[in-house]
Amino acid sequence: MSYFGEIYTGAVSLIAGLGVTGKALFQPTVTVQYPWETIDITPTFRGHIELVTDEETGNFKCICCGLCQLNCPSHCISIKSSKPEGAKKKALDSYMLNFTTCSLCGTCVEGCPADAIKFSDDYNLAGFSREEFYFDLVKRAREEK
Amino acid sequence: MKIERNLEEHSLYLNMGPQHPSTHGVLRVILKLDGEYIEEAEPVLGYIHRMHEKMGENRTYAQYLPNMGRVDYLSALSYNQCYVGAVERLTGIAPPPRAEYIRVITTELNRLSSHLLWFGAYVLDLGGFTPFLYSFDDREHILDLLESITGSRLTYCYFRFGGVSKDITDDFITGTRAFIKRLRMHLPMYETLVTKNVIFINRVKEVGIITPEAARRYGVTGPALRGSGIKYDVRKNEPYSIYPEVDFDIPVQDGCDALSRYIVRMLEMEQSMRIIEQALDKLPEGPVMAPKVPKKVKPPKGDCYFAVETARGDFGIYIVSDGTETAYRIKLRTPGFSNLSIFAEISRGTLLQDAISTMGSLDLVIPEIDR
Ligand code: SF4
Ligand code: SF4
Repeated sequence: MSYFGEIYTGAVSLIAGLGVTGKALFQPTVTVQYPWETIDITPTFRGHIELVTDEETGNFKCICCGLCQLNCPSHCISIKSSKPEGAKKKALDSYMLNFTTCSLCGTCVEGCPADAIKFSDDYNLAGFSREEFYFDLVKRAREEK
Repeated sequence: MKIERNLEEHSLYLNMGPQHPSTHGVLRVILKLDGEYIEEAEPVLGYIHRMHEKMGENRTYAQYLPNMGRVDYLSALSYNQCYVGAVERLTGIAPPPRAEYIRVITTELNRLSSHLLWFGAYVLDLGGFTPFLYSFDDREHILDLLESITGSRLTYCYFRFGGVSKDITDDFITGTRAFIKRLRMHLPMYETLVTKNVIFINRVKEVGIITPEAARRYGVTGPALRGSGIKYDVRKNEPYSIYPEVDFDIPVQDGCDALSRYIVRMLEMEQSMRIIEQALDKLPEGPVMAPKVPKKVKPPKGDCYFAVETARGDFGIYIVSDGTETAYRIKLRTPGFSNLSIFAEISRGTLLQDAISTMGSLDLVIPEIDR
């Protein structure tokens, strides 16, 4: 192609490209200004897990079977439970989740026979130290109440 | 006086990476340069090696599922599909038809998102910023769609042995159809903006030539292979899931250069959309999980190999089972590793600036190479 021909096709392709970007200038904005504006997250969002309480009794649904601890691929759950005096069932003392290694895979939630854990919708997580992400879910659930 | 030129002394060694923006991850390439020309290029791997294969020997089959979303985080669902496919073949679990359709729909959506990201990032590497924003805008819609059913945006863990973890909703189906309409409208825009742009063409045409013979020798697969004129796609050559039931083409270009690989990927997007549309039309009713999946998956003694076509090429899993809950050996055959190996050969004697466009056209995802 001749020198001037090249310049011509080049200019045409550039102007065509500029036309596309120019059009975008008059289209509605698609971004939001995050901390000030947020978008709703879907109900299926997988945040860190949290304990489910029984509506009727107010106790945790957890039956302390330890399956979640066993199933977790990253070994990030450790539960402690005991049988209080006179009670028939075991109760949770602490439910430790090491969120630093959790991969949010959902194995624990799916494997739970009592439907005692669910994903939270908590996504604003930031901290200064690792220890801030060792969650005691029992404590967290009580604090929320 | 005769001045002897010592070539060694005149060579310049340049590290491209491990933090180079256009290697898209921690890949290091040692370049031996003579002026602007590359004399030798040596990829150095292992910066993001996470022992995925070894982990497979220490976890139960179900516990290994989340790993699959993290080998190649850009086409996580293809990897999910390959792993569950391999275990299903080994154990004889058959997923219900609806689950197979959902798998294909979501995997093809994932392929679209991967190609869109590659498109944006590739043009960004070559110096065009705007297309990147447009393609990310489109990709965002796919992520939202997939998030609404899988719960995650990138590292999906959605398929289970014998089905999928959750059924798709009507919102998802209408959303997917609307998205396909949208992307169909946008593809011509990409063409005007990038494919026909002279600067872009000059940077990719006749750059990074992979001859069909070299591609075969190195085991290159995926769009990189189809850009060299070889029609090979696991979805057609070794069909799995419901791919034989849908009608689609395998785009092939025989330019052997970066432009051909680019065009193959752009054409593939249209084919993926065709697959999704047909699958949505044919979507059967029914359960999404096989009725009898044991809680503890224990395949009988034996081995099996299962391969799928990911966005980057042929990915295969070889599992050796010793009859216990944990695999004896899991071998992952990732496409990126073979596609990168050819880089040393094809970049020899080319210009330094072309190294970027060659590498970008291979669509490398480093975690998948190192795994
Ligand atoms: S989501 Fe997965 S990694 Fe996280 S605690 Fe549950 S089982 Fe463990
Ligand atoms: S699997 Fe469920 S019931 Fe069992 S210990 Fe875990 S949370 Fe409690």
